[in-house]
Amino acid sequence: MKKLFVRIGAMALASAVLAGSVSLSSYAVDRSYSYNYDYWGDVQDSPDFYEPCKTFTWKDLNLDKKISNPQGLTADGDFLYLCDSGNNRIIKMKRNTRESLEVVEIYDHFNGKSSDNTFNTPTDLAISEDGNIFIADKGNARIVKVDKDFNYLMEFGKPNDSSIDKDLAFAPTKLVVDTAERVYAVAAGINKGLLKYESDGTFTNFHGAPPASYNFVDYIWKKFASQEQLMKMESFVPTEYSNCYINEDGFIYAVAGSVAEEDLKGSTVQNVRLLNLLGSDILVRNGVYYDGKYPVYGDLYMGSGGGMTGPSQFIDVTSFPNEVFVCLDKNRGRLFSYDNQGRLLFCCGGNGNMDGYFRNPIALDHIGYDIYVLDQLDCAITVFTLTNFGELVFTAMEDFDAGRYNESLESWNQVIKYDGNYDLAYIGIGRAYLRQKEYKTAMEYFKLKYDAENYSKAYRQYRKIWVEENIVVIVIVLLVLFLVPMIIGKIKSIKYEFATADIFKV
Amino acid sequence: MFASLFSKEKWQRYIKSLKFALYCTTHPIDGFWDLTHERRGTYAAANTILFLTILTRILRLRYTSFIFIQVYWEDLNILTYVASILIPLGLFVVGNWALTTLFDGKGRLGQVYMATCYALTPYILINVPLMIFSNFITTEEAQFYSVVGMIALIWVAFIGILGMSQVHEYSFGKNILFLVATVFAMLVMIFLLMLFFSMISQGVAYFVSIAKELLYRM
Repeated sequence: MKKLFVRIGAMALASAVLAGSVSLSSYAVDRSYSYNYDYWGDVQDSPDFYEPCKTFTWKDLNLDKKISNPQGLTADGDFLYLCDSGNNRIIKMKRNTRESLEVVEIYDHFNGKSSDNTFNTPTDLAISEDGNIFIADKGNARIVKVDKDFNYLMEFGKPNDSSIDKDLAFAPTKLVVDTAERVYAVAAGINKGLLKYESDGTFTNFHGAPPASYNFVDYIWKKFASQEQLMKMESFVPTEYSNCYINEDGFIYAVAGSVAEEDLKGSTVQNVRLLNLLGSDILVRNGVYYDGKYPVYGDLYMGSGGGMTGPSQFIDVTSFPNEVFVCLDKNRGRLFSYDNQGRLLFCCGGNGNMDGYFRNPIALDHIGYDIYVLDQLDCAITVFTLTNFGELVFTAMEDFDAGRYNESLESWNQVIKYDGNYDLAYIGIGRAYLRQKEYKTAMEYFKLKYDAENYSKAYRQYRKIWVEENIVVIVIVLLVLFLVPMIIGKIKSIKYEFATADIFKV
Repeated sequence: MFASLFSKEKWQRYIKSLKFALYCTTHPIDGFWDLTHERRGTYAAANTILFLTILTRILRLRYTSFIFIQVYWEDLNILTYVASILIPLGLFVVGNWALTTLFDGKGRLGQVYMATCYALTPYILINVPLMIFSNFITTEEAQFYSVVGMIALIWVAFIGILGMSQVHEYSFGKNILFLVATVFAMLVMIFLLMLFFSMISQGVAYFVSIAKELLYRM
């Protein structure tokens, strides 16, 4: 009896105090390698989108010594450049087949300069359309521009800008170069955006400065803090970019590594941005999500598990010609991929020693649809290839964009056979039906995955057609609704007049 | 007890008092005065309105278009959901009565309850058609839905406030003052209830653990 009493009381209180009950579903151990987040932000197991194909260590590559603390990986056509930062050299490899990489050349210096022509911890390189190579020579505090045979052309030094601390050692870590050979670089300790150099080597400005993030409590606290306290407190700094990638259209994907959880959740800061020429963020975030727009920041679940906690820390990003981009999370060793609408395609990976897991992933790039991921601790490159499932999704997306709606529909239907929890497939089918003017069916698919906007598009057409078809019935019903009460009223008044008319009175 | 179910007179009075709820929604001052002073309201009608309100709230989860309400059914507990309406209502009624009765409020506990329930009528009247209507509109017309939904809530609050002033025979200012005070009274009650239940459960847990310990030792 007492127990019942307590239970009723507890229930009543729970309902009174908690507006909505918060229940964290326990993270099961047996998760699949790949997964996806659904409309509700719940983890859904998924078939593999990408699978590890082969891992290359220094032995597989027939190198003379072990790769040491590698930092950068850049693909150019069929060639792959690895920054063997610990050994101060750059390794150029050729991809013969998916499962073989062949070392073509090892560069530990460049020609055309008598002194100071070696590298010191090269961390990244970029290749322009003309084939010139730009190397972030971090230890030597410079960006070196060489031609394709490593003949010295010029170098870019620390920007002579008043906004940069004079005592700060210049350490360029990552860079990209656009078609006009302008250089955009990430440098350690500089948080005002990407450093933008013109092709002649002059520093012009900071590109795509991330907005400053601060939380409200800090702000209030600062108002009351004394001068000494203020000195001790960290100033509100914008988040620093960790890496960038330039796509074929000249737009730059920039990712930020360490971003606070509450800033991400409050959308005050983004850890993935797509910068246009003016440096503003044009990344589309249009995925359907129960709480606004689908967040493009990696893992939605940020609780602790396996010793890791906090949000995903993106360390590198790459994008395919079909505008799908893949981000690499250093925190949990995962890959996250989104399409051009900011909808999550897949997440996979994790920390560990097995194939497809990482210890400290640091860089990624792609050749075709194969993704190469570099692990700093394992000193190894892992190549990932599309599975049937992944290929189907890509085909379906590309068919849709090319206007082949029937083919797209078929591919999406097959995707559903692989993974019934793949939300994008349902929306994809709906969009294909919508284009084929089968509005009713499209509506059903959109409704299943809560895509309100597309549903409304389909419904508007459906409603229009329905009204046009049934216009006669609608008019009749409306007439009846108006006429019947009128006629009844008329009859009643006539009756009343009859009843009260003088002639009938006796 | 069941005899009253078959008494035609009772039924007539019940129907009449239900219809009177409609009058209250449009003529709140006059209506709520008559509700208690002319005894034109019944508890049966008040209960019916409350029941219909809860029913509407449950139905709108299911039958409103997904454009406006998305329900995570896995997490929905119907009992908690009903309690989330009943408990604040109960706290309000008790809190309001407990305060006003000390300060010349004329309304009795039952009358406060009755007036509160009668004030909920516009919620049902607007939300049931709105629920059906929501299935025939698109996201662009979503403004209509939210505005009408808002009107329903404002209307309920409006006649609720006026209703309380009539039941207690308060002036407008005094009425507002006591409604604000009621909110604090509700918070105090929640606090006391939490204290009470946590102490009870601690106490029970204490004896349970003693019993367990004894069982292990024996």
